[in-house]
Amino acid sequence: MNLAQGVQIVSFGLLTLMVIGASLGVVLLPNVVYAAFLLGGVFISMAGLYLLLNADFVAAAQVLIYVGAVNVLILFAIMLVNKREDFLPLKRGWIRKAATGMVCAGLFALLSTMVLTTSWNFSTGAIAGNDSIIVIAKHFFTDFLLPFELASVLLLMALVGAIILARREFIPEETDMPARDAALTLPERPRELMSVSSSSEFNR
Amino acid sequence: MNPGIDLQETFIQSLVELGLPADLAKAIWMPLPMLLMIIGATVGVLVTVWLERKISAAAQQRIGPEFIGPLGVLAPVADGLKLVFKEDVVPAKADALLFTLGPVIVVIPVFLSYLIVPFGQNLVITDLGMGVFIWITLSSIAPIGLLMAGYASNNKYSLLGGLRAAAQSISYEIPLALSVLAIAMMSNSLSTIDIVQQQSGYGILGWNIWRQPVGFIIFWIAILAECERLPFDLPEAEEELVAGYQTEYAGMKFGLFYLGSYVNLVLSSLLFAVLYLGGWDFPVPINLLAGWVGISETNTILQVVTAALGITMTLLKAYFLVFLAVLMRWTVPRVRIDQLLDLGWKFLLPISLVNLLLTAALKISFPLAFGG
Repeated sequence: MNLAQGVQIVSFGLLTLMVIGASLGVVLLPNVVYAAFLLGGVFISMAGLYLLLNADFVAAAQVLIYVGAVNVLILFAIMLVNKREDFLPLKRGWIRKAATGMVCAGLFALLSTMVLTTSWNFSTGAIAGNDSIIVIAKHFFTDFLLPFELASVLLLMALVGAIILARREFIPEETDMPARDAALTLPERPRELMSVSSSSEFNR
Repeated sequence: MNPGIDLQETFIQSLVELGLPADLAKAIWMPLPMLLMIIGATVGVLVTVWLERKISAAAQQRIGPEFIGPLGVLAPVADGLKLVFKEDVVPAKADALLFTLGPVIVVIPVFLSYLIVPFGQNLVITDLGMGVFIWITLSSIAPIGLLMAGYASNNKYSLLGGLRAAAQSISYEIPLALSVLAIAMMSNSLSTIDIVQQQSGYGILGWNIWRQPVGFIIFWIAILAECERLPFDLPEAEEELVAGYQTEYAGMKFGLFYLGSYVNLVLSSLLFAVLYLGGWDFPVPINLLAGWVGISETNTILQVVTAALGITMTLLKAYFLVFLAVLMRWTVPRVRIDQLLDLGWKFLLPISLVNLLLTAALKISFPLAFGG
């Protein structure tokens, strides 16, 4: 065993410990803010694992998307509604916890049998190394074109949905609307015409 | 193209000749450039702080630091020493763990980004294929630290400052990444070395600033916002938020924020120089000059001179940009938070998308000039 291999094994062990420890913290800590910060730790350690697998682009994308965007948005949401209230202990709360624990244990058993029974084929191709972006791009535009395009359509849909949700203007004083009309709609101010609203914005 | 000086090869080879195994020799080599880069970055911060003091003094018709060393060059050192010896206060109702971790998370990614800053053909810690993407990735971690600091301080100003910092950093990351993408498209690579290589050969005329006139303005605005410099220093706006997320910090923890923000400014200027101003390139191609004088390309002295000139040029370009940023700080008023977000999302984002599209179109139609 040479120096490089030793470093790899030690860092693999450390990263695994970090992933397991941090994710247990995410699930078990009662403080939501701690859990959110630890989630960032989980994502970063996963990026480290990807790096050990020679997948540098995946690792960087993991950090950029999950830590830089998803986790920051989660933290943002938590801090904007920063109420710091103590949750009341639920009556028979242990039933929920036991059920959750059982579901998790079942999932773990299922996944580990899957991991153990699958015969993994290791790729025999050369390691892409610094050219990994080029290899990934070739795959995206040849044999994985359809999933790639579908993912982008999905993102576009999410984008449009977010804009529609954000443009909705609630009117809190008129909440006592007739219930049968409003059963499936959210209370909403009548939308102005596009040209009128945009010109009034310029005038402000 | 001759590779110039390769210190790493020479160092490892000489250690191997001494009888050490090759991987041990490489392991001995590895910390050296990292240490050098960290020291360089820190010294760069001291120079920037001194510049900030002197230029702000000049902008306000004062003299600035004068007696601490010649021309006051030791003033930033005195600042640093003061911060080191100050009492390290953690507010009573603050969350001590997160309070300590916040500045650390802000500083580490910034220093880590120096991994990809090149000062010459082989004068870089590693030539990663990911290159500038690593920088964008790492700079996206910083808002977590800012949010952490803002939350843990248990102070409304701090929380607001942290939230503003995170919102600002997320908003301006997108135009930043898109303008870098346009450069990457022209260079056919993300590696900083390749990006500079692609600009070299024609001296000042080949620099990307001429081919990306819109891109470099977007990039400049975006890095000013990412570094929280005026006109975008809303997270620490003194008149509104005391000092934003730094309000409760004292001593070396505050020092880390201070250091981080200046290291980030120098780093961004260095990368601006690499992406748009030809990196270590001299305004006149050196090979051409050497050809005129009649020195061969493999001459040892020429190579040493080229390497030294490369470092000097990179630093000169970067510090010119730092100078511009400092000058802006003392001349431009601060924008409001809604103006900031409007500028980011409604103006810079569409413009940078159009810029990317135009670059792609130009690359297809004029492959010679736009790196086909």
